[in-house]
Amino acid sequence: MQQQTETLKNVSISPKLVRDLRERVIEFLLFLAAFSSVATTIAIIVLLVYESVEFFGKVSLKEFLTDTQWSPLFADAHYGILPLVSGTLVTTTIALLVSVPMGTITAMYLSEFANPRLREVVKPFLELLAGIPTVVYGYFALLFVTPLLQTVLPDLPGFNMLSAGLVMGIMILPLVSSISEDAMRSVPLHIREGSYAMGATRLQTAWRVVYPSAISGIFAAYILGISRAVGETMIVAIAAGLQPNLTWNPMDEAATITAYIVQVSLGDLPYGSLEYQTIFAAGLTLVLMTLVFNIIGYFLSKRYREIY
Amino acid sequence: MVESNNKLQTLQPKAKVEQLNFYYGSTHVLKDVNMVVAKNVVTALIGPSGCGKTTLLRCFNRLHDLYPGNRYEGSILLDSAPTNILSRKVDPIELRMRIGMVFQRPNPFPKSIYENVAYGLRVRGISKQSIIDERVEQALQDAALWDEVKDRLKDMAFNLSGGQQQRLCIARALATNPELILFDEPTSALDPNATSSIEQLIGQLKQQVTILIVTHSMQQAARISDYTAFMYLGELVEFGATQSVFSSPKQERTADYVFGHIG
Amino acid sequence: MSGENLQELRANISWRKLLDAIFAIIGLLTILVAIITLLALIIRLAVDGTPRLSWQFFTSFPGRDPEEAGILSAWVGTSLVMLVTLVAAVPLGVASGIYLEEYAPKNWLSALIEVNVTNLAGVPSIIYGLLALGLFAEQLKLGESILTAGLTLALLVLPVVIVTTRESLRAIPNSIREAAYALGTTKWQMIWDHTLPYSMSGILTGVIIALARAIGETAPLITIGALTFIAFLPEPPIKSQFPFISFEWLQAPFTVMPIQMFNWVSRPEPEFQFNAAAAGVILIVMTLVMNGIAIYLRYRFRRGIKW
Repeated sequence: MQQQTETLKNVSISPKLVRDLRERVIEFLLFLAAFSSVATTIAIIVLLVYESVEFFGKVSLKEFLTDTQWSPLFADAHYGILPLVSGTLVTTTIALLVSVPMGTITAMYLSEFANPRLREVVKPFLELLAGIPTVVYGYFALLFVTPLLQTVLPDLPGFNMLSAGLVMGIMILPLVSSISEDAMRSVPLHIREGSYAMGATRLQTAWRVVYPSAISGIFAAYILGISRAVGETMIVAIAAGLQPNLTWNPMDEAATITAYIVQVSLGDLPYGSLEYQTIFAAGLTLVLMTLVFNIIGYFLSKRYREIY
Repeated sequence: MVESNNKLQTLQPKAKVEQLNFYYGSTHVLKDVNMVVAKNVVTALIGPSGCGKTTLLRCFNRLHDLYPGNRYEGSILLDSAPTNILSRKVDPIELRMRIGMVFQRPNPFPKSIYENVAYGLRVRGISKQSIIDERVEQALQDAALWDEVKDRLKDMAFNLSGGQQQRLCIARALATNPELILFDEPTSALDPNATSSIEQLIGQLKQQVTILIVTHSMQQAARISDYTAFMYLGELVEFGATQSVFSSPKQERTADYVFGHIG
Repeated sequence: MSGENLQELRANISWRKLLDAIFAIIGLLTILVAIITLLALIIRLAVDGTPRLSWQFFTSFPGRDPEEAGILSAWVGTSLVMLVTLVAAVPLGVASGIYLEEYAPKNWLSALIEVNVTNLAGVPSIIYGLLALGLFAEQLKLGESILTAGLTLALLVLPVVIVTTRESLRAIPNSIREAAYALGTTKWQMIWDHTLPYSMSGILTGVIIALARAIGETAPLITIGALTFIAFLPEPPIKSQFPFISFEWLQAPFTVMPIQMFNWVSRPEPEFQFNAAAAGVILIVMTLVMNGIAIYLRYRFRRGIKW
C-alpha cells in the first residue's frame, strides 16, 4: 500500500504547472474580451459594406450620389442620398454654431476665471444636461422650442431643422465644454505664470496662451461634438420631421440620414429586400461622413499646432 | 553688517523691503524681512529648501495674488516712491509691466520665437510692426540670442535647446524694458554649458537692469552676485556684500550654511 | 517711467481689465443660458406630464385611448433589457479593462485594441442598431427580442465600462501590486484579491453611468425592431413550477420606455403628448437619480481612499 502511494506521489502533476496553466488561460480569456472591441469594429465594417454592395448591385452609384430625391418606399422610387445628406449637414451646422462657441466660452470661463466653488456647482448641471435622454430633448424641441421660435418667426413650420439643430447644440455643449476644459486645465501652471508675470490679464492669458497650448485637446472636443451631431437620431426624427427634402434652409422640414433609418425600421423590413439594404447604404454614408470630419479635424489641428 | 551697509548706502536703492511678513493661509511663511535691493547690481537670495526665498521673490511682482489664501503684511517700496507695492491700491498688472520674471523651468509660449519676445509688447497694445521688430531684435541681442535665431524667427520656440529657451525667456522679459528682473533659479534645469552662458548674460545685464536672483547653489551666488541675502526658515538671517557673506559671515546660521554644516 | 507714459499705460490697463470683465460676464451668461434651458426642459415636462402619473399609468398597457394608456409593457421591457445589458456588458467590459491595464504588452495589437475602444465610443448609436439587426437578429437568428436588445446596448456602452475600469485600476499605486507580488501571489491572484476590489467603487460608478446611458437609448432599439405597440408582457423569468427559472422572456418581442415616449409624441392628439411627457418625467427622474448616485460615488471615491 505504501509503495503505491509513493509511486502516486511521483506521478502527481506539479502545482506550479497547474497554476501557470490557469494563469495563461485567464490571460487568454481576458484577451478575448478585449479583442471583442476589434471584432465589433470589424463586424460593423463587414456588415455595412456587405449590405451596401448588395444595394449597389441594384441601384447605381451615380443615381445614389446625384439624384435629388430620396423616396425608396414609394412606387416611383428614387435613391438619391443628397436630401438626407443636406438634412444631416444643416442640422449639424446649426448644432455646431451653438455648441462650439458656447462650449469653448464655458470651458474658458470655468478653467481660467471661475473660482473652484462655482465650478463645483456648475459641473453637475452640465453633466445632467448631457445625460438627458434624446427622446426627451426631441419632445422639448417639438413642443417648446418650435412654438417659441414661431413667435418670432411666424412662418416656421411645425417640423423644422432650426429647432432640432438648436436643441442638439445645447445637448452637445457639455461634451465640448468638459473636454475643452480638461485640456485647458492641464496646461502647466508655469506657462500661465509666464504670461501673468508679463502683465497680461486673465482674458489675454486664456486666449493667447492657454487656448493655443491646449489646442489639440480642444480640437478633439470639437471633433467629438461633430460626430455626436452627425449621429444624432431622435431629436431630429421628432422635431425636424421624416420627410427627405433637399434644402439648405434651416426653417424647412427635412430628414437626416439617421431619421430615415429610424423611419424605415418602424415598419416592416423583410430581410434581403432593397428597402432593407437602403438603411445599410445610409449607415455606410453616415460612417463615411463621420470619418471624413474626423480626418479634416485631425489635419486642421495639426496645422494649427504649427501656426502657434 | 556695518561695513556693507556703508557701501550699500552709496548705491541707489531700487527696492526697500520693510517688515515684510507673508502668510499662506494661516502658515507664517516670511517673518519680518528687511532688505535693500540696490540698483544695477545682482542681489542673490540663498538658503536651504523651504527658507522662503522663492516666496520672497514672488512678492515683488505679486504673483501670489493669483492664488487664494495669501496675505501680505509690511511693505516693499520701489525707487524712492512712497507707495507700498503690496497695498491693495496698487494694481498688480501695472506692477508686472515694470518688473520682469524668469522662471525655473524655461517656459516659452507655444508660439514662434518672434511672437514669444513680442508677447509683452502685444499684450500692452503695441501693434506697430516696425516698433515690435525693433524691440524684438534689441531684446534678442541683449539676451545674446540674436545671432543664433535671426534666420529662424518664425520657428516654434519649442525647437530651441534648453539653454536657448531660457535665453528666449530672458529676451521676452527684456523686451518690455523692465526696471527689475526677478530670476527664480534660472539655471537649475540646465546643463553646465547653458548655465555658464546664462550667468555670463546676467553679469552683462546688470548694467541696464536691476537683478534679484534666487539660487539654490551657493557657488552660483558667489560667482555672479554683488550682494547676498541668506534666508533660513522664513527669516532673513544675514545680508551683505557677497564676498563678506561667504568669507566672513556674521551670523552663526549663515556660517553653518555657507560652510556646509547644514543644507 | 515718465508721467505721460504712465497715463497711457494706465489707460491701456483699464481697457484690458474692462475686456476681461466683459468676458467674465459673457461666460456667466453662457452658462446661465445652458442652465435655464435645462430648467425650462424639466419644468415643461413636469408640468405636462406629472398630472398623468398615477398607479393606473404604471399598470396599464398602451392603447388607443390616451387616457387609459399606460407604460406597463414599457417599464417591464426596460427592466428586462437592462438586466441583459448588465449581465453582458459588465463582465465583458471589466475583463477588457483588466486586460488592457494589467496584461497588455506594448505592441501594435494592444494599440489596435485601444484605438478601437476609442473609436467605438464615437460611433453613432444607430450604427449599433444596424450591427445588431444584421448580426444578432438575422445572422445569429436571435430575432427582434429582448436578448438582442440587451446585447446591442451592451456593445454600445462597453467603451464606457472599459474606460472607467481602466481609470479605476490605474488609480491604484504600483506599490500595492508590488506588495502583493512580494508575498508570492500570481498575477491573477493579485488582481482578484487586491486591485479589483479596490477599484470596485470606480467600476461601479462607470457601470451606473453606462446604465443611465443605456436606459435613454432609443434609435438602436427601434432599428432592431422593438415594436412601439406592445399590449402584453413577456413570460416572467421566475415561474412557480420546475425549473423555476425560464428564459423564454429573452426571445419575446418588447418595447422600452423611450420608444413608448417616441410613439406617443409622434401622435397628433395632445392627450397622447401628455402621456409622452409623463414617460419623459420618469426618464428624467431615472437619469437624475442614476447620475446623482454616480456623482456621489465618485465624490466619495475621490475623498475616501487617500493613497
